[in-house]
Amino acid sequence: MSQSTLNHFKDQILEASASKNVLRITGSRSKDWYGNNLKGTPLPTKDYQGIIDYQPDELVITVKAGTSLKEVESALSEKNQQFAFEPPRLDGATIGGMICSGLAGPGRASVGGLRDFVLGANIMDGQGQIMNFGGTVMKNVAGYDVSRLLPGSLGTLALLLDVSIKVLPKPAASATLHVSIEQGKAIALINQLASQPWPINASCWIGEAVGTLYLRLSGAKAAVQTAITSFKKEYGMQLLDDEAAHIFWDSIRDQKHDWFKNNSEKPLWRLAIPSTAAPLKLAGETLIEWHGGQRWWKGEITSQEIKALARSLDGHASIFKASAKTSDMFSSLKDNPLTAALAPIEERLRKSFDPHGVFATERLI
Amino acid sequence: MDTTLSPTPAEILAKQKELVDALRPLLPQESLLWEPEDTIPYECDGLAAYRQMPLAVALPENQEQAVAVIKVCQKLQVPIVPRGSGTGLSGGAMPIAQGLVLSLAKLKKIIHIDPIARTAVVQPGVRNLAISEAVAKHGLYYAPDPSSQIACSIGGNVSENSGGVHCLKYGLTLHNILKVKAILMNGEVVEFGSLAPDAPGLDLLSILVGSEGMLAVITEVTVKLVPKPQLAQVIMASFDDVEKGGNAVAAIIAAGIIPAGLEMMDKAATRAVEEFVHAGYDINAEAILLCESDGTPEEVAEEIGRMTDVLNQCGAIRIQVSQSEAERLKFWSGRKNAFPAAGRISPDYYCMDGTIPRQHIATLLKRIQDMEKKYQLRCMNVFHAGDGNMHPLILFNGSDQDEWHRAEEFGSDILETCVELGGTITGEHGVGIEKINSMCVQFGEAERNMFWSVKASFDPEKLLNPDKAIPTLNRCAEYGRMRITGGALPHPELERF
Repeated sequence: MSQSTLNHFKDQILEASASKNVLRITGSRSKDWYGNNLKGTPLPTKDYQGIIDYQPDELVITVKAGTSLKEVESALSEKNQQFAFEPPRLDGATIGGMICSGLAGPGRASVGGLRDFVLGANIMDGQGQIMNFGGTVMKNVAGYDVSRLLPGSLGTLALLLDVSIKVLPKPAASATLHVSIEQGKAIALINQLASQPWPINASCWIGEAVGTLYLRLSGAKAAVQTAITSFKKEYGMQLLDDEAAHIFWDSIRDQKHDWFKNNSEKPLWRLAIPSTAAPLKLAGETLIEWHGGQRWWKGEITSQEIKALARSLDGHASIFKASAKTSDMFSSLKDNPLTAALAPIEERLRKSFDPHGVFATERLI
Repeated sequence: MDTTLSPTPAEILAKQKELVDALRPLLPQESLLWEPEDTIPYECDGLAAYRQMPLAVALPENQEQAVAVIKVCQKLQVPIVPRGSGTGLSGGAMPIAQGLVLSLAKLKKIIHIDPIARTAVVQPGVRNLAISEAVAKHGLYYAPDPSSQIACSIGGNVSENSGGVHCLKYGLTLHNILKVKAILMNGEVVEFGSLAPDAPGLDLLSILVGSEGMLAVITEVTVKLVPKPQLAQVIMASFDDVEKGGNAVAAIIAAGIIPAGLEMMDKAATRAVEEFVHAGYDINAEAILLCESDGTPEEVAEEIGRMTDVLNQCGAIRIQVSQSEAERLKFWSGRKNAFPAAGRISPDYYCMDGTIPRQHIATLLKRIQDMEKKYQLRCMNVFHAGDGNMHPLILFNGSDQDEWHRAEEFGSDILETCVELGGTITGEHGVGIEKINSMCVQFGEAERNMFWSVKASFDPEKLLNPDKAIPTLNRCAEYGRMRITGGALPHPELERF
């Protein structure tokens, strides 16, 4: 089954190459809305599925790209482990889509992004060659770290076949606190707390001028308890009951919170900026994650305007979701004079993986 | 085999004169060295067995001077070897014949510290430990702690993706930096990464980190800082069997604990260090584990309790928990002095750096014991057990050519065993010149071609640290000819002479 699927992938790639066709790699198509205009003939990967190896003691799982995220997370959960970067669980989402979109959830604030957890990958390049980079061990500096180019590449580099991902134990204890607070003060507070040794795992602030700050603590039971006591006393924070907390963080992670549902006709902008940047000068409600590093905003604004705003803060902006796609959903390396010279390098790297442009859907650029 | 003819001494001198004449107007007098007595300290890095004299050494004082030097080298087609503190253990900073060494050692300013954003902007020549010292007053530190941290520079750490004792919990260099400013071989200054959580386009920072000075010359690094834990305590546990020690490592992880440090030493290493530092190590133990917990006092107490239970269940024959900071440092002093201890009992030692899945630790140790007999050399083992990164130290006498040759063979054998067990030839020291042949074993032709293609994407003329880290097809064919394994020749498509 696997070998015949691999042969089939190769045939499709070679055929596309010969006929100068472009292939759009798909998983469950749960994130079709993400990235630039959809182009190319679908290359489905859902049939290439299964957990190849899972060694809880080694903190690593190796999975085929078409495997559903739900299946993998339930296998991890059985061993009390998790993907600590909390990828969004959209309907039917696959591991391949999870890796190649590179998205992460609330836990990213403290544990790092998805690419930090990629240990190795098998890929098929634009000429149908299978290659293996990285491995299954945490420390590996042999050769360039090619497997870490795949996260966020949106299928424009190579076909991901399988991937080895670092997993972590679920924390012994978790608790969520919340407090009503002004936006600027919330950003200052969360960064101040993050610079002290508290077991803060995630943060979220929702509001306009004033709003609610949510903090998730996780770690050893005693450490979480000490933080709860201190934050209640120092900042008047209140404890959210466990079930409500669970529902809240899931709704942020999977973007099912009312904030994301409301005004869904307006484009949803994502700004990635330094965490300490002051409140954005944009009218309307904002949702802030990652201790201030990720800010969500909905509204009508020109792409140029918001990208310039993000750039002035040393960050970048992208249209995360909109009713109509365009061909410039993301900021580009060319927008910044200090990264413009990397654009031709990026192009040459793409050619290294895919000399004939089989995966050149332009979904990322 | 390389078939190009070596240049004559006269040609080398002419090339050197051309280079020095072109660089002299660009640099202060003391920043350009070319007389052999001045350049000899640069003939090797921390891997002293491999040496090569460069044409010249340039030590720019700022980024502008570095750009000017690089432009000259590109014009004259002189290869460049970037160098930090020269503490690397794989020969990555060893000069290239007829090349320039570009030392970034004079770029050693800490430019900016932002305690609330938890970042520091530093020049590449800043020492790893100097960052932590500079930010200590804010209750912060820079987490990766390679054992050479007192001397090694952050630019070198980025180039090698350095790890350390605490990377199981805190990650490698890649996980602890945000942005790197660097000069491309055409002289353009670029930025990789961002102060934001991510950057537009492909994640080029991931490729730059660990690229061993082959893609760009680093001139500035923005590192992440983390809050200093309030307390750290370490458990020292003895085992009467190496396998039990290895199983205890797996059992700690399986119990859902990620210790701040998890190190193991075998009997030979324990005895050597105990004689050297008198840290109170159990010299009769077959294996010793050091398990560190850090965090708030409550957190540490809870974790130490849980780890002690696991170690007891795994058959530890002696358990001691550090009761003070002085005692914690004493327990660590043995592990941290393993290399000098090896130097004390042997004229030379050769440090390996393979990583294997933790479950194979005991298997590898048994195989190394067999190799000691095969190569008639002693080997002591210290390793970052938590992440499976092994540092076997092969003891030999470098003045005996035959012993050195056997040590090299012994080392290659260990690395190939690591690959066979599902691991890698280098966990944190890099490939450099030392492990370039072993790359032929770990990677096939398609992967190696991709590496070359990545290299060419950044440096099409192959002028930045060429001949390191990525072997050519010819080199691998030659290596395969020397080491036929399992009766099958690699690259059967190539002619052999």
